[in-house]
Amino acid sequence: MKKAENKISNINLPKSPTGIMGFDEITLGGLPTGRPTLVCGGAGCGKTLFGIEFLVRGAIQFNEPGVFMSFEETDKELINNVASLGFDLNNLIKNKKIALDHVYIERSEIEETGEYDLDALFIRLGYAIDSIGAKRVVLDTIESLFAGLPNQLILRAELRRLFRWLKNKGVTAIITGERGDETLTRQGLEEYVSDCVIMLDHRVTEQTSTRRLRVVKYRGSTHGTNEYPFLIDETGISVLPVTSLGLEHIVSNERISSGIKALDEMLEGKGYFRGSTVLVSGTAGIGKTSTAAHFAEAACKRGERVLYFCFEESPNQLMRNMLSIGIKLEPWVKKGLLRFQATRPTLYGLEMHLAVTHKFVNEFKPDIVILDPINTFVTGDKEFEVKTLLMRIVDFLKVNQITALFTSLTSAECSIEGSDAGISSLIDTWLLLRDIELNGERNRGMYVLKSRGMANSNQIREFVLTNHGVELRDVYIGGKGVLTGSARIAQEAFENAEVLRRKQNVERKVREIDRKRRELETQISALRAGFESEETEAVMMIETEQETIKRLEQDKMEMAVSRKAKIGKIATKNLKNN
Amino acid sequence: MNQMDVNSNKRTKEKPERGANDQWVLRLYVAGQTPKALTAFANLKKICEEQLEGKYSIEVIDLLKNPQLGAADQIFALPTLVRKLPVPVRKIIGDLSNTERVLIGLDLLPVS
Repeated sequence: MKKAENKISNINLPKSPTGIMGFDEITLGGLPTGRPTLVCGGAGCGKTLFGIEFLVRGAIQFNEPGVFMSFEETDKELINNVASLGFDLNNLIKNKKIALDHVYIERSEIEETGEYDLDALFIRLGYAIDSIGAKRVVLDTIESLFAGLPNQLILRAELRRLFRWLKNKGVTAIITGERGDETLTRQGLEEYVSDCVIMLDHRVTEQTSTRRLRVVKYRGSTHGTNEYPFLIDETGISVLPVTSLGLEHIVSNERISSGIKALDEMLEGKGYFRGSTVLVSGTAGIGKTSTAAHFAEAACKRGERVLYFCFEESPNQLMRNMLSIGIKLEPWVKKGLLRFQATRPTLYGLEMHLAVTHKFVNEFKPDIVILDPINTFVTGDKEFEVKTLLMRIVDFLKVNQITALFTSLTSAECSIEGSDAGISSLIDTWLLLRDIELNGERNRGMYVLKSRGMANSNQIREFVLTNHGVELRDVYIGGKGVLTGSARIAQEAFENAEVLRRKQNVERKVREIDRKRRELETQISALRAGFESEETEAVMMIETEQETIKRLEQDKMEMAVSRKAKIGKIATKNLKNN
Repeated sequence: MNQMDVNSNKRTKEKPERGANDQWVLRLYVAGQTPKALTAFANLKKICEEQLEGKYSIEVIDLLKNPQLGAADQIFALPTLVRKLPVPVRKIIGDLSNTERVLIGLDLLPVS
């Protein structure tokens, strides 16, 4: 609303907000104030409701009383019909907020006898407007006049006058008209009401019906030109602007846990970014829902609100199944933090799903939305539509800073990365669950295919469902390839044995060397002892010899002295002979 | 409208039973003294004098003065002549210049 009001001040054309959810956004503020608007469409497309909601919301929310002039339903019928939508017309009539006037025209009771005009209609309408000070008027369906009055010339002239009169009155009017074959309305009302034309449509494609709304023209204002799906439910009409709102959403640096510790570790140890879009894809029975349930439980534990759309299981079944792996969701449902919304995808068309998603998200205001699974939408050849649908959902959730987790079932035939309705480009974090078949076993593997804005692990982890939740184990990657399951356990046992054997080997070698060293040392000391004794002996012998030599020389000297010979020469000679 | 009046409601060839005591109550709705209103009143007066002398009453209602009465009789066109009595109620719109159609509308003439 705020946004719409800002727009009003930018442009000159004053607008009256309808209060119809989403419509004021498409028209940037509502219907042109003081001008008539034509709402046309086929039978049962919601024209009358659109009109009555315009009046009721105008009376309640914007304090603008309104007159409803009905050409088809009586006052009582109308009151009863809209009571089912929660509008208490009786009360509004009593408080002079709304005036009803049923114009009853029965051809068989009418005789035309010359010139006439529709002044009485003007007077009645004028009287009703003045009696409650109405700012809004709805004429539903004025084309009934054509059925009641044969003279079309008069009628057309009078209608032209009526619309001019309405403009002069300054009331914001809605005129409804039945859709014609080639024209917008059967009687060409668009010729007279040319300020704003809104077309409602109710189409059935592949057995699912979707209501759509389009602003065909809006003089003096810009407006959304697409066909917008809308929803009629117990709270009235809600229209959703389905076009992408642009990529201008605020991004958050906050990280939130995936609920699986090991998975958080693979994502830099912190988990997903808040407001990001996570896709969990994989083949049947691989644990996608379990991953989603973990995420939901973790969020609830943090006190966040989770909206869980399940398209294949009933909430009770899902809660029971999750209990088997130790995820208790029921307490959170009771606390009101977790809400399940279970519908079959075939219940409505794609646009309707979007509408429903919008509605519930706006109502519940969750922090996290889970869609499980998304690819059930893809029935038949509708990939493009599905992609746009998901894009709109993603955009819508991102703008609202809601973290989204989608699960997607991939069939075994097509390549895993290529599937998923071509939405990979929309996804921020993509977890791939795949089965690894080896040695007659089928085991689960998980890896992070991509994760924008973080250095994620490139490892394939084995994904094990235990009675206390999902666990991720390191898979064996070695010369023999990737091993999982019992092969991994066997391999691990084998490796353990190998390590043990090697350890023992090493110990034995250490002991041997020790023993050798000791042996060597004993030998060394024995040798040294032998050497030492020899050495002492030798020294003693040397000393004895030297003693002997000294004595001999002394003897010679003494002999020489006694013979009176030259001492020097003898000594030298003896020494040389030695 | 009562069940009894169903027969007379149909525009069959038989003339509606009109006893001598039948009182015709006619209402002419107009909005101010427009030429059309004046023409209508003059035409009505003439037809009544010719066909229903002495057993009719005409009430002219000006919606400009009493706008709330328009809804009660389901008036949307002007001028409108409403036959309140005898029942069933019949409505004739226009300035009543086509006398034959007025007579048909008032069930005074069989459809030929």
